[in-house]
Amino acid sequence: MLFFSYFKELVGKEVTVELKNDLAIRGILHSVDQYLNIKLEHTRVVDQEKYPHMLSVRNCFIRGSVVRYVQLPPDGVDIDILHDATRREARGS
Amino acid sequence: MSGSGFVGTEEIFLSTSLASYLDKKLLVLLRDGRKLMGTLRSFDQYANAVIEGACERIIVGELFCDIPLGLYVIRGENVVLIGELDLKIQELPDHMVRVSAQEIKDAQKAEIEALDLKGTMRKRMEFLDFFD
Repeated sequence: MLFFSYFKELVGKEVTVELKNDLAIRGILHSVDQYLNIKLEHTRVVDQEKYPHMLSVRNCFIRGSVVRYVQLPPDGVDIDILHDATRREARGS
Repeated sequence: MSGSGFVGTEEIFLSTSLASYLDKKLLVLLRDGRKLMGTLRSFDQYANAVIEGACERIIVGELFCDIPLGLYVIRGENVVLIGELDLKIQELPDHMVRVSAQEIKDAQKAEIEALDLKGTMRKRMEFLDFFD
């Protein structure tokens, strides 16, 4: 549940989601759920030339199971909080 | 929140649920690279989806074609992405040309053959690696 909570904190920020099929999409994180399915708004495909069919897609739902990376804004991570939360979760409290 | 167990519209639009895409025109990318278009009529938590008026959009280089399929149930595990098509924006760049089903099939075949040829040529030349 740690990463679910973590991604919830990033809602409203701009992220780049890279999929296992190499498609990379930049957009505003709209929501995330327990499977780490992601909804993005105001999306732009990073390599638009290669994926012309994505031209008119502005909102999308991405299945969590096909995500390879989520690239976050530099100020999106508070390492200390994440570190503490990780220890807490590992202790099971 | 209504009493019937259904969530209100506000929750739908804030959540990751596909409910906000119901009855909208969508593009569904599948794991095998296929692109389906149609109207979302039903879904569940696995992203299983029912698409009405589905068609497959085949793109080969500058050419494209929509093959009508009908009512499709997509098993969720095959779904990569479900995108809402913004009707105000043109779907494809200007330089792309719509062709017939036969023409796109021929173009697909030619593309596959070109890729195969590239593969066999590479294989034949592999022995050259011993000399460099």
